[in-house]
Amino acid sequence: MTTEHRAPGGGTIEDIVAVPDNEVALESLSQWQLARRRFRKHRLALIGLFIFGFMVFLAVFGPLIVPFNPMFLPGAIKAGGDQPSLAHLFGTDANGRDVFAMTINGARISVAVGLFSMIIAGVAGVTVGAVAGYFGGWVDNVLMRVVDVLFAIPFLFIILVSSRFFGKGDVLSLVLIFGLLSWPLIARLVRASFLSLREADFVDAARAVGVGDRRIAFRHILPNALGPVIVAMTLLMASNIVLESFVSFLNFGISETQISWGNALANAQGALSFGDWWWAFFPGMAIALTVIAVNFVGDGLRDALDPRSRE
Amino acid sequence: MTQGGTTQPMEPSTAAPTSSGEPLVVVQDLVKYYPIFSGLFKRHIGDVRAVDGVSFVINKGEVFGLVGESGCGKSTLGRTLLRLLPQTSGSATISGEDIFAKRGKDLKQLRRRMQIIFQDPVGSLNPRMPVSDIIGEGLLAQADGTNQWKNRKTRDERVGEYLEVVGLRRDYARRYPHEFSGGQRQRIGIARALALSPDFVVCDEPVSALDVSIQSQILNLLLDLRREFGLTYLFIAHNLSVVQYISDRVGVMYLGKIAEMAPVERLYADPRHPYTVALLSAIPDADPRRRKRRLVLKGDVPSPANPPSGCRFHTRCWLRTQLGDPEICSTEEPALRDLGGEQFTACHFAERINPELIKVAAAGQSLVDTSDASDDAEPVSAAAPSA
Ligand SMILES: Nc1ncnc2c1ncn2[C@@H]1O[C@H](COP(=O)(O)OP(=O)(O)O)[C@@H](O)[C@H]1O
Ligand code: SF4
Ligand SMILES: [Mg+2]
Repeated sequence: MTTEHRAPGGGTIEDIVAVPDNEVALESLSQWQLARRRFRKHRLALIGLFIFGFMVFLAVFGPLIVPFNPMFLPGAIKAGGDQPSLAHLFGTDANGRDVFAMTINGARISVAVGLFSMIIAGVAGVTVGAVAGYFGGWVDNVLMRVVDVLFAIPFLFIILVSSRFFGKGDVLSLVLIFGLLSWPLIARLVRASFLSLREADFVDAARAVGVGDRRIAFRHILPNALGPVIVAMTLLMASNIVLESFVSFLNFGISETQISWGNALANAQGALSFGDWWWAFFPGMAIALTVIAVNFVGDGLRDALDPRSRE
Repeated sequence: MTQGGTTQPMEPSTAAPTSSGEPLVVVQDLVKYYPIFSGLFKRHIGDVRAVDGVSFVINKGEVFGLVGESGCGKSTLGRTLLRLLPQTSGSATISGEDIFAKRGKDLKQLRRRMQIIFQDPVGSLNPRMPVSDIIGEGLLAQADGTNQWKNRKTRDERVGEYLEVVGLRRDYARRYPHEFSGGQRQRIGIARALALSPDFVVCDEPVSALDVSIQSQILNLLLDLRREFGLTYLFIAHNLSVVQYISDRVGVMYLGKIAEMAPVERLYADPRHPYTVALLSAIPDADPRRRKRRLVLKGDVPSPANPPSGCRFHTRCWLRTQLGDPEICSTEEPALRDLGGEQFTACHFAERINPELIKVAAAGQSLVDTSDASDDAEPVSAAAPSA
């Protein structure tokens, strides 16, 4: 504390000069405009968005541009499939199927599985986590026990069992299973943020002026909890795309009558050891590129939504 | 002023200690426990007795200072009064209206009258809201037929007014909290509290987190605003020198209870509780050549989950040691009793305190240079620097 208790000069405001005035130009922009500006300055996020946008484009229009029938097996010239050439840019598999067409057509199922399972997990996880964290008490207790149980169930077990019941290769059931099994992760994250944020002084300040529960949850707590959730959701989408390839690899994913990056990789299981790298390389690269792109977009979004990050 | 300088005789801990002036806030036997749960089944195994039977009156237009070490329950008291935490028991009124009885619409209406200013200039402003929303949000929440606050333009106009009132520029409304310095943020927090035209404001250590150079500006601003708007403050601090500057009357809190309460001059000139004496001995002296012995309290602050028997201060009391450990200190809880002249103390031996005894008590302790200007530390070594 100051030694001089009776400070002279009532309420001078020198500390105001700490803010330079050159930011005035920004002031007429809305929060969303500001967020968009910050996102556009995030180079990696833009690259990520471009790549991911391209993958979504392939998912929607790819099969129209480069038609592919997984059941058409013309046969290859070489036993292990033909190497990349002008006729087959990415080569062919042992059955003579064009890997280029396979890669483009695989986007639809892979992107759909990743994207929709993320949306399901996000909506369910944020809702459950927010309700548990905001209200606490027995509501929190019940919801978190459900989450614990879901966590305890082994992922693969569910997939193996459900592929028995729902028939192997159903995209919708894969999306549902992935989504329903990954929301608990998001729910825990959101709950933890809500629990700590609801104790924040700015939340008490809002309560003190009479702001209601709903606005506090949506305007004060959720926006501050969102950063890590967005990152977790993009990681989750990436891991679900990889997981789809994994279960396809185990022959429990998408059926042979359909094509995804995952089952394209699965078909390549044996080929790699004979040096026929192209079967696996191109679908694998598509997965890797998408995963990285999605993560970049997540990082960019998190930063863009944070007013504290620099312009 | 409706009464003379005399105080009413009172029954300790059944009636709030009175003082001259027109009461605005009357708190009686306020108790706030935080339950402690343990184990898989969340069994209730005890309570943190953060506020444990506190009574006081705050008069209209007055600044009532509340001091005590971190963790003694000051913030809990302030927040419970403002209905930010559910009370355990006791009562509180503002202008005779029962604060704890209000529900729904009535509670919302009541909130206009009582506001809070926080200690932490960072944590008290939502980083994702522009200043216009931070200050205007209360207006929106309180919009009704009697005002035009539903209208964004009206709100923004009022936000601008209050920014100017606290010494900021109108056009700062569109900025975000991170663009401001600590002192400016504190001003924004003050504007938010005042925008609803409250009568009563709890200032919870509003300058403790600020640079020393900014502290006096904010204190002076608070005093100016009190005059301008006829405000009444409950001013919380862990530091007696800030409280001395701003308060009319002071309550000293220890482990959830009021140890002593008196008009500010009286408390500083003639403290009647050994805890107050210790707090005062730690105030840095303006004169650097004058060194004084500091009465450093021994031991740690006991846990509020398990407070000492009898007098809560007895485990650390120098007066008790000087008097040869009288038994009553550890067996019988001293009531807050009236010493006359609006001074109240909760010590069995308050009358035995004298300068000679203080000197003797401090003599056994090392000489501490209390004139250190940067000393914002608390008087007691065991306490954390902030709440
Ligand atoms: N939410 C809480 N849950 C449990 N204990 C708490 C909580 N908040 C504060 N306490 C405890 O209550 C006591 C009083 O805290 P507080 O009112 O913050 O004190 P002060 O403001 O005087 O530093 C402390 O022992 C603190 O640990
Ligand atoms: S009652 Fe006894 S222990 Fe308590 S403050 Fe007085 S002298 Fe100290
Ligand atoms: Mg505190």
